[in-house]
Amino acid sequence: MTLKTILLGAVSALAFSGLASAETLTIATVNNGDMIRMQKLTDDFKAKNPGIDLEWVTLEENVLRQRVTTDIATKSGQYDIMTIGTYEVPIWAKQGWLLPLDKLGANYDQADLLPAIKDAVSVDGKLYAAPFYGESAMIMYRKDLFEKAGLTMPENPKWDFIADAARKITDKGSETYGICLRGKAGWGENMAFITALANSFGGRWFDESWKAQFDQPEWKQALSFYVNLMKDAGPPGASSNGFNENLALFQTGKCGMWIDATVAASFVSNPKESKVADKVGYALFPTSGDLTNHGNWLWAWNLGIPAGTKKAEAAQKFISWATDKAYTELVASKEGWANVPPGTRTSLYTNAEYQKAAPFAAMTQKAMTAANTAKPTVKPVPYTGGQFVAIPEFQGIGTAVGQQFSAALAGQMTVDQALQGAQQLTSREMAKAGYPKK
Amino acid sequence: MARKVSTRRKLIMSAIAWTLGILIFFPILWTFITSFKTEAEAVASPPSFLFFHWTTENYAQVQERSDYFLHFMNSVVVSLGSTFLGLLIAIPAAWAMAFSPTKRTKDVLMWMLSTKMMPPVGALIPIYLIFRDGGLLDTRTGLVIVLTLINLPIIVWMLYTYFKEIPGEILEAARMDGASLPKEIVYVLTPMAVPGIASTLLLNIILSWNEAFWTLNLSASKAAPLTAFIASYSSPEGLFYAKLSAASTMAIAPILIMGWFSQKQLVRGLTFGAVK
Repeated sequence: MTLKTILLGAVSALAFSGLASAETLTIATVNNGDMIRMQKLTDDFKAKNPGIDLEWVTLEENVLRQRVTTDIATKSGQYDIMTIGTYEVPIWAKQGWLLPLDKLGANYDQADLLPAIKDAVSVDGKLYAAPFYGESAMIMYRKDLFEKAGLTMPENPKWDFIADAARKITDKGSETYGICLRGKAGWGENMAFITALANSFGGRWFDESWKAQFDQPEWKQALSFYVNLMKDAGPPGASSNGFNENLALFQTGKCGMWIDATVAASFVSNPKESKVADKVGYALFPTSGDLTNHGNWLWAWNLGIPAGTKKAEAAQKFISWATDKAYTELVASKEGWANVPPGTRTSLYTNAEYQKAAPFAAMTQKAMTAANTAKPTVKPVPYTGGQFVAIPEFQGIGTAVGQQFSAALAGQMTVDQALQGAQQLTSREMAKAGYPKK
Repeated sequence: MARKVSTRRKLIMSAIAWTLGILIFFPILWTFITSFKTEAEAVASPPSFLFFHWTTENYAQVQERSDYFLHFMNSVVVSLGSTFLGLLIAIPAAWAMAFSPTKRTKDVLMWMLSTKMMPPVGALIPIYLIFRDGGLLDTRTGLVIVLTLINLPIIVWMLYTYFKEIPGEILEAARMDGASLPKEIVYVLTPMAVPGIASTLLLNIILSWNEAFWTLNLSASKAAPLTAFIASYSSPEGLFYAKLSAASTMAIAPILIMGWFSQKQLVRGLTFGAVK
């Protein structure tokens, strides 16, 4: 009898599947500070657009990627707006999965978008997603430790200088490590850094006929440099450190330098979270020898509209609200200039108030301007993308290669073995995927 | 005959048991403690164990940002619904296999278990398409169905082993007294197998509560259970460990408390029939 009652209860509860009004936009997004802030400010949008309601699905990046990819590939239409990276936008747009953003309104200032970012989210000159915040990579370093060691960081340092400085600063007794870099395996973790590093050393993933290039001297030079440097001047257990682990290390004063996404600057300079907030300096991603390639790291989180949606018009209205200049001003008025989403608009970097509130603004802009995802490497390549290769196969290959390099960093295999493994598995996967394609 | 156990041995055994217990419980305790820290204290090294500024700010922020009650209700409905639906199907199935086996019964049991051996992502796209066409995406009904299917092999296997322990003669006697098949199952078999059924039920509620692959992939906002609630606090770019810990504590608390109160039943059921 009790079983029956509970069952009945369960069934009646099932009937509550929600009564959605006609214009409820479902928005899938990642969990980061800027996006959470946007959720809080949506009353402004609702006031300006009565009749449109918003529903948020916030997920961790990897879960989100799997979730929205499944949905868009099956054209299921669960979401009206998706938060996607610069990796997905060109691939999805070419598949016809995204709607072009051609109704953002007459007042929407497209010309103000940073050119590098705008190119990364456009296909054939048409915008397929609107950037919400963007980032490149740069060096964050401890001014006090540099001073103590009698070093001066140039604005445009070379890798040799970085390696010397890191070794000088390292004092393992007091748990101070010269340099913290990503080591955790993953196409968006260690491979983002190592790919940018290899770019700056003159390496490339593929030659013009899509042949893997890990057997070339540039890769050996780059990977040996990375592994040796981390062995001498990196924190212990670096092969399991990703962005968050390094952020925690840097904030608690254990790293002399950290080279990573520019968005980290707003965390490490925030006195509420960081012990070293007033001691951080910034410099460009290093170059190697005579080369001038800064790695070409460029990433943005963008809002796109899946082709399966029935609410495209309302969705464009929302995207226009969330990514236009007025939104920046809204955040500044409510939360202060230091909290506006960075890295998408030129006007932000000419704004005096922003520059005052964000000491890292100038360097961030320089880093973003220096990045060119259309020509990421010294030698010619058949692909685009800076710290990644913009082909659908890259997620799988990148992570597998990342595991090899992470093992080399952990000392489980030599640099040569790791490169050989990377070369083999990349060649095999690319052949399986039918490259070279026309 | 009771064996004499020396005090020394007892002490050593107790020490080992406690160490193991604390070791296993430690991550949950740490999550709980971290949920009362500030974000800066959560990543401090060396970490402070008890002497820090305790704050409930994280809980307030989590509460403000997400609709905990909606996710909680979804978890309750989905885990209870799938467990009861599973039992409804599995009790007759296990009865048939335990008391009226054919020469293929063993193979059928093995085949059922083999469905658990495939990585779930292999079936994601077909199931997603079926759910899309059936309008089941992001519905509690859909999640109940899929979790029932996922856990059915385990339910059938557990019940089968419990039923095997019950002498078939008792059921025969009931039959000779004129009991029909449904009556035999409901009035004779089920009461005798209550400890086994109870532990199957509890274990399946826990499994369904914690299931994170299907519940995350087949839900969006309306039917999202607590697994999605936790996933919304994990971030690859930003240290939100304290908030994540608060969300995790809120998500596991109900099932932890349920487990605590029913642990006698759970242990009794799991060892049921082991010693005769």
